[in-house]
Amino acid sequence: MQPTPDNSESPAPDASTPLPVSRRLVGLTRPEAAPAPAPASCLSVQNLDLFYGETRALKDIRMEIPAKQVTAFIGPSGCGKSTLLRCFNRMNDLIDGVRITGGVLLDGQDIYAPSVNVANLRRRVGMVFQKPNPFPKSIYENVAYGLRIQGVRSRRTLDKTVERSLRAAALWDEVKDRLHDSALGLSGGQQQRLVIARAVAVEPEVLLLDEPASALDPISTLKIEELIYELKSDYTIVIVTHNMQQAARVSDHTAFMYLGELIEFDATKTLFTRPRLKKTEDYITGRYG
Amino acid sequence: MATSNLPHHISQQFDKELEDIRSKVLAMGGLVEDHLQRVLDCLSKGDLEAAEYVAVNDYKVNSLEVEIDSDCTEILLRRQPAAGDLRLVLSVSKAITDLERIGDESEKIARLILQLESSRPLTIYYVGMVGVGYHVRRMLRTALDAFARMDAAAALRVAQEDKEIDTETDAIMRQLITYMMEDPRAISPVLYAVLSLRALERIGDHARNICENVIYLVEGKDVRHVALEQVEAELSLPREART
Repeated sequence: MQPTPDNSESPAPDASTPLPVSRRLVGLTRPEAAPAPAPASCLSVQNLDLFYGETRALKDIRMEIPAKQVTAFIGPSGCGKSTLLRCFNRMNDLIDGVRITGGVLLDGQDIYAPSVNVANLRRRVGMVFQKPNPFPKSIYENVAYGLRIQGVRSRRTLDKTVERSLRAAALWDEVKDRLHDSALGLSGGQQQRLVIARAVAVEPEVLLLDEPASALDPISTLKIEELIYELKSDYTIVIVTHNMQQAARVSDHTAFMYLGELIEFDATKTLFTRPRLKKTEDYITGRYG
Repeated sequence: MATSNLPHHISQQFDKELEDIRSKVLAMGGLVEDHLQRVLDCLSKGDLEAAEYVAVNDYKVNSLEVEIDSDCTEILLRRQPAAGDLRLVLSVSKAITDLERIGDESEKIARLILQLESSRPLTIYYVGMVGVGYHVRRMLRTALDAFARMDAAAALRVAQEDKEIDTETDAIMRQLITYMMEDPRAISPVLYAVLSLRALERIGDHARNICENVIYLVEGKDVRHVALEQVEAELSLPREART
């Protein structure tokens, strides 16, 4: 297809057309990037409602959490993000008066089915809380504990797993010479990484992080964020955070929640540069507290 | 999503910082428009003082560019803006580059006229391009209005006028070539006219770029290097149906 010599608009060239020099072709149609295939979903939330007694705390939540990526939940206090997070490993079962309708599927299986072994579920879906909670044991025993209660006795297996997990949590170099010291002697940031190592030792599929860095200093926070970036190649990660810049830094997808509802769920870059809904824009630009 | 229609930030200081850069951009636009008008006055009426004014005062446009860019940097650093606020800062940063270049093109024309005038008087070679000059000035004015009112549709209409500028410019160029062919003594002054005409055409391009920035600011869509027909089709869709 040759460029026309007169002033009329030239037709859009195809792939074989050599690009003409004429600046009249300013309006070249940019070839559309092939749309990325939708990532496989690991957790599927289906019409989930949660009631604390009579109060409906989660309202008809529907979302697909992509596998081996980081999904962040953001929203103002009391919007239900931690409540939703706790649904993924049935931690809400431990609260009196909680009732759930709808379902949560992990790899296609409903985790609320009566036949589900909840202890095993909590191995597959590990959780890290805001305040680091190492056991009052040695560093080594903290990480080995999950394996021991599964019946693992072999010293070599335990040693290998402890090292692998501590390396995965970017803590090995700092503690390798004092594995049998008390975990309570570690700094806050180190304790949090130990807790992550403990979760990782039992080979979960999903890691739930409930404001994992909000009790930590800025340097420790950045180390945790760096760790999240490394861990996502092996685990699906869901993180609840109050810090929007953190959500923008670490996550691939972000869910904005408000008053128990899922308002908007999108790729992080899209949600933070051009959100579809005014409510989302108001929140992320700080026009809403 | 029009930032100006949203309620205020919780941080009033942040509100003020954003409002400041918006006002400064519009002030810079006004200054650039004024310089362009003076150049056109010179082309149409032979007002050489106007040309001298522009040549001497272009530094003010440059200073504003540096100042506004510094303000934008500080907002990015301190506020980590998101969504509409982020797009505002980015589009301001880009728009001021185009405005500064428009200022440079006006200065270029002013200097060409002053250089030419030192050897021979202004001739009919310039008369033809005054129309193009007023057209690009209108484009610039409307682009700045569209920015102030966050009007993507108006910005798109102005961007589409750039094609007309090309057509008008080509016609004048052919006329100028005819002058050169008729009389070799005309070659030197006509070449000055050609350079001035090119500068006006580039001002139209920069006005178009500012419009593309307005569309990015309002719609969040980067329309650089995209056919305007495609942009028009997409903007006519309801917001939910757009990609």
